[in-house]
Amino acid sequence: MAGVRVLVGTRKGAFVLTSDERRQQWEVSGPHFAGWEIYHVKGSPADPDRIWASQSGGWFGQVIQRSDDGGASWAPVGNDFAYDGVPGTHQWYDGTPHPWEFARVWHLEPSLTDPNTVHAGVEDAALFKTTDGGQSWSELSGLREHGSGPHWQPGAGGMCLHTILLHPSDEGRIFTAISAAGAFRSDDAGSSWTAINKGLQSEGIPDPDAEVGHCVHNMAMHPSRPDTLFMQKHWDVMRSDDAGGSWYDVGDGLPSDFGFPIDVHAHEPDTVYVVPITSDSVHVPPDGRLRVYRSRTGGGEWEPLTNGLPQEHCYVNVLRDAMAVDRLDSCGVYVGTTGGQVYGSPDGGDSWAPIVRDLPAVLSVEAQTLP
Amino acid sequence: MTRVRLPYHLRTLAGVDGEVVLGHAATLGQVVDALEAAYPGLRGCVRDPATGRRRAFVRFFACREDLSHVSPDDRLPDAVVRGDEPLLVVGAMAGG
Repeated sequence: MAGVRVLVGTRKGAFVLTSDERRQQWEVSGPHFAGWEIYHVKGSPADPDRIWASQSGGWFGQVIQRSDDGGASWAPVGNDFAYDGVPGTHQWYDGTPHPWEFARVWHLEPSLTDPNTVHAGVEDAALFKTTDGGQSWSELSGLREHGSGPHWQPGAGGMCLHTILLHPSDEGRIFTAISAAGAFRSDDAGSSWTAINKGLQSEGIPDPDAEVGHCVHNMAMHPSRPDTLFMQKHWDVMRSDDAGGSWYDVGDGLPSDFGFPIDVHAHEPDTVYVVPITSDSVHVPPDGRLRVYRSRTGGGEWEPLTNGLPQEHCYVNVLRDAMAVDRLDSCGVYVGTTGGQVYGSPDGGDSWAPIVRDLPAVLSVEAQTLP
Repeated sequence: MTRVRLPYHLRTLAGVDGEVVLGHAATLGQVVDALEAAYPGLRGCVRDPATGRRRAFVRFFACREDLSHVSPDDRLPDAVVRGDEPLLVVGAMAGG
């Protein structure tokens, strides 16, 4: 029987939630790596038993863990993320030059075809890649060495590369997003990069056509339509139909177009999910009601999804990597909150139920669809 | 031999209980070299791999002395080098 494995990274460890295709009864394992911050856990599309976890902490630095048995056991692999050459400087919060310093891995994006190949997005922003199962990591330094690099600045969470989207058939095409630089596209497997921020407008940037400086929070793509990208920016929900060549706003109708995650339905490329948050100053849901919003029109028209989600006294956040979809016939949607709840919907968002309620603050959620 | 007492998270990461016993090491740098060679999962956890410097929230103690600021090339106390006393790797008390 088909099933789902939901991989949850939290402030104090990782958890693996497993269910059959009904998604009513869940088995919970964890905490794995108890006490460590787990920014991201993601499985290989090419081998679902191979799972990667980014484990870090202020005391002992960065560790990368790999499981080859679906999360039952783990072993550390290589963790040396050395920038290529002399990394130079970016801008600090006050506008002064600041040396590039590795802090942690925010996002791990396994190859669609090779279980030994993974891209890693790190803070300070850069893209790394392993092709040997995580034993060694090499920087794809063309991104950091993009001419705009010295002008990149950190967002409040640090200058992190948090989004990596791989084209489903063209291995050369990669999209990334960096807070608070913006979005970038490579057409040569990461050797060179183009800033793809035309049409983004960000409060506080005097130049409306600024190439960089945009605080992109997350991006999503449906594999059947890889030129269409959806973006949750600091403010604004945006869409591009030309692989990032230009963007337009599709956030009208939301109670707030500030938020962190964005995702696309597994089988409906025009069905998009966001979680509106009150504002950049108040990181809680509007009116104390946790509502996932769904658009069935690729943005522009949105409906609140509330059935089973708390509709009073709810003041949690859903962080940028804490929403995911599975690929079962009836698409499942999952969100994890900073209050430690993971909510799941087995019917595309129509109804929700908590899978777990009392985890540490959730940093990331990914879903694996199992055969 | 050199005895090293690791903090909880590094024992877990290395998959060990209690003290670890390494070959002869006379300096802090040699101890960390031997530790990382014996337990590759600990590489970068005690010292920054880019700079080689002790991580800010890691401290070293032995023989009731704080050795956190000694040079990696300075000789450790004889009791540590002989294995009579362990080198303590301590995670600083900070955070939540």
